[in-house]
Formats: sequence, C-alpha cells, structure tokens
Amino acid sequence: MKLITAIIKPFKLDDVREALANAGIQGMTVSETRGFGRQKGHTELYRGAEYVVDFLPKIKVEIAVASEDAERVIETIAEIARSGRIGDGKIFVTELERVVRIRTGEVNESAI
Amino acid sequence: MTEIEYALNTFYLLVCAAFVMWMAAGFTMLEAGLVRARNTVEILTKNVALYAIACLMFFLVGYQLMYPSDGVNAFWPGIGFGLGADNTAAAVTAAGSGITYSAMADFMFQVVFVATAMSIVSGAVAERMKLWAFLGFTVVMTGVIYPWQGYWSWGGGMLAAIDYSDYAGGGIVHMAGASAALAGVLLLGPRQGKYSVDGRARALPGANLPLATLGMFILWMGWFGFNGGSELIISDVGSANNVARVFVNTNLAAAAGLVAALLAARLAFGKADLTMALNGALAGLVSITAGPLTPSPLLAVCIGLVGGVIVVFSIIAFDRVRIDDPVGAISVHGVCGIFGLLVVPLSNPEAALLSQLAGIGAIGGFVFVFSLAVWAVLRMTVGIRVSPDDERAGLDFAECGMEAYPDFAHGAD
Repeated sequence: MKLITAIIKPFKLDDVREALANAGIQGMTVSETRGFGRQKGHTELYRGAEYVVDFLPKIKVEIAVASEDAERVIETIAEIARSGRIGDGKIFVTELERVVRIRTGEVNESAI
Repeated sequence: MTEIEYALNTFYLLVCAAFVMWMAAGFTMLEAGLVRARNTVEILTKNVALYAIACLMFFLVGYQLMYPSDGVNAFWPGIGFGLGADNTAAAVTAAGSGITYSAMADFMFQVVFVATAMSIVSGAVAERMKLWAFLGFTVVMTGVIYPWQGYWSWGGGMLAAIDYSDYAGGGIVHMAGASAALAGVLLLGPRQGKYSVDGRARALPGANLPLATLGMFILWMGWFGFNGGSELIISDVGSANNVARVFVNTNLAAAAGLVAALLAARLAFGKADLTMALNGALAGLVSITAGPLTPSPLLAVCIGLVGGVIVVFSIIAFDRVRIDDPVGAISVHGVCGIFGLLVVPLSNPEAALLSQLAGIGAIGGFVFVFSLAVWAVLRMTVGIRVSPDDERAGLDFAECGMEAYPDFAHGAD
C-alpha cells in the first residue's frame, strides 16, 4: 500500500477530485496549507512599505491506495493539476505500513 | 427668535450631535481594521472607554473651561463646573436673535467633538501603548487641554480676537488631536518589527480591511453632522442654504480626496492601495473642515484633491523618519488639518493668512507641549509602553485577557 500526498494549487482541487473519482478512488483527505518551493513567495507593498509573503496558499491531498493503483493515481494528479507554470506543486509517495477501518476493524487493502 | 425657530435649531443641533457621536464608531472600526488581529480587543476597549471618559470629563470641567460665562483673560478661561440652566421660553422670545437654541443641545453638540479629538490619538499610538496610561492621558486631554485651547477661538478668547477662522474645527479638533498624538508617538517609539536593522520601514498589514472600510464610511457620514452642524442655525433661508452647501462641499471634498489618494498610491506603488484610499477620503474631509461654507463646490473638490495627495506622501514621509503611526492619524488630521486652515483665506475674505498661521502655532504648539509633558510624567511614573513580550504576544491578552476571535478557548473545568 502507498500513501500519496499531493501539494497542488487551490483552484485545481475540484478537477483533481473529479478525475480521481472517475479513476475509481473512493476517498481522500484534503487540507488547506501554505508553503513555498523554488518560487519562494513574493513581495508586496502596504501603505508604501514592503512586506514579504513567504508562504503561498496550497491544498494538500492525501490518498491511501493499494500498491497496484498508485501509478494510476499519480499520473492522474500530475496530469490534471498541471498548469505548466511555477507553483504547480509536488507529489510525495510513501510506503504505507498498515491501515485500519475504525468502524469495522478491517485492516489493510480491505480497509482502503 | 420665535419658539418654533428655537425648536427647529435645537432639533437640528441634536441630530447633528448624534451624527458626530457615531464618528466614535467610525474611528473604532477604522482602527480595529488597521491593527493586527492580536491587538483588536485592546483597541476596541480604548475607543469605547475614551468616548465615555471624554463625555464625563467635558461635563465635569471641560465645558465650563471652554465656554466660561466670563473668561478671566484671553489666554486663561478660569475654572467652572457642570452645566448651567437651560433657556426659558420667555427669555428666548425676549432676546430677539440673541438666543437661538437650547443650552443643553449646545453641550451635546460640543461634547462629541471632544471625543473626536481624542479618538485621533488612539489610532496613532496603537499596538504598543499601555491601556491605563492612555486612559490617564484621556482624562487630562478631554478635561483640560482640549477645552483650554478651544476657549481661545470658539469660547471667545485670544484667537477669536484676531479672527482666526476655523468653521468646524480643522485646527481646534483635528490638528489638536494630531498634536497630542505626535507627542505621544515621539515618546513611545515605533512598534516592534516596524523597522529592519538597516532602518527601512516594514509593513505591518492591518487584520481586517472590511472593518476599516466600514469605519471610513461611518466617519464620512458622521462628518455631515460635524461640519453641517457647525452652522449652528438652520431656521431661516440663508442658514438653511448654508447648511446644505456645507453638506455638498464636505461630500465633494471627501470624494475628491479618495480619488486623489487612490491615484497617487497607484502611481507611487503600482497597485491600488485601499488603505490609502480610505485615508484619502478622511484627508479630504479634514482639509475642508476649517472652511466648508465659503468655497464654491469646485474649489471644495480642489481642496479635497490636494488633501488626498498630501496624505499619501505625508504617511510615507513620517514612516521614513521613524514616526510610526499605524493608521496615518497624524498625516490625516495634523498635516491635512494645517493645509485646510491655510486655504481658508482663498474663499473667505474675513480670514487672513497671518491669523491662520497664528492659530496653527498657538493651538499646535500648546497642545503638543502640554501633551508631551503629560506623556512624559506618565512615562516616568506608570510607564506608557507595554513590555516587549506583551507586545509580541499582543495587547489583547496582556491588557484585556481575551482575544477577538477565540477559536480554541473553552470554559475552565
């Protein structure tokens, strides 16, 4: 099993959710977050004085999948969330040791 | 004066007083919007308390100080307390045009101006001043400093004698408030983080621009009472027309100030800075306050335009010289107040530039020096600045023990 964590632009969330649902993914967790990559935020003026926006608003999507589904999910997110401009985000993939469905006690693949 | 004329004038003055009272809400919202979230409760507390203290102090001693029945001399009015009796119907009818409105209505209209002057101070010293030191200063400012200098012009003292012309208080109220604020800011110093180690001004953006915008509109509305009420009489065609003209000029100057500041900020910074536009409207209003009756509407627009440009560059200039004024109060009320006084002679032949300069020097100098002394005494005794730790954590917790939006707070077990 894999945990796929994608950091994407906020306005891409609806498209990504729809594409993943069409690809048969049954659940995901989403959070509003902030961060920077190579673009390193930007500088603004307030009443003539400078201030720096270090962290830009992003959406973090977390999806637990069976190992054989991982590649399909990664490709879907990479395709749909891409605008081609800086700040499109990243996808992190990690091994997932164990999954438990709290309501029934099922574990691993049957709990995803 | 017939009874109906007297009643009409009194009614008009009371409605205008209520409008000016509402300016306290405008200042409160403007300041709450332009400070950071962690100082919201404190700035709200300061504003509600200063309004209440101003009303009590002006009732106790201020009103008699500003409008003594017989001033001791042209500089010192002498001490008096409370309010006198109101006019009887017989006295009003007998006095001809001598008595035009209720004495109680006059007190109501005057007392809300005191609160306005004090509100100006609270914005400039925001985010770092101790609440109780500020309220201590409020007692002296609203009980003594403001009414004493007010006596010189509106109370019939030395500035009235040289025909200093200040229709609604561009100097007496606005520049006076800004002078007290400047004295406080000089002794207080800039907020933590306002300047980088190499001395450049840094922005500390306000937390709630919708509130600041609402505050500006409330002030704009209240100003119709502030300037429009200062004609004091509305019971004949000439006076009624004057009041209407003051409304028109006040509104146009605010509009012109806003547009000018918006454009100036766009040219200077490359973006439309909302906070500068808000300050621009207030700059237009302050600029027209010393003489809203005599200019033509077109001249009122020009005065507002210049005021709106002045305020943008004044704010930048004060930032450069390390005078940290989070809401721009010293620029809006002080610099534009002076500008407004100086342009009165353009349209009012009874005003002379020399008298205006004398008024600016006397009021500005007196309020600044007196305030500086009071702030200094407060600094040496109770202290005027919160500790660096409290400033970092925010004045809401340090001074009031609560925050504006307590998301994760729950009752003690």
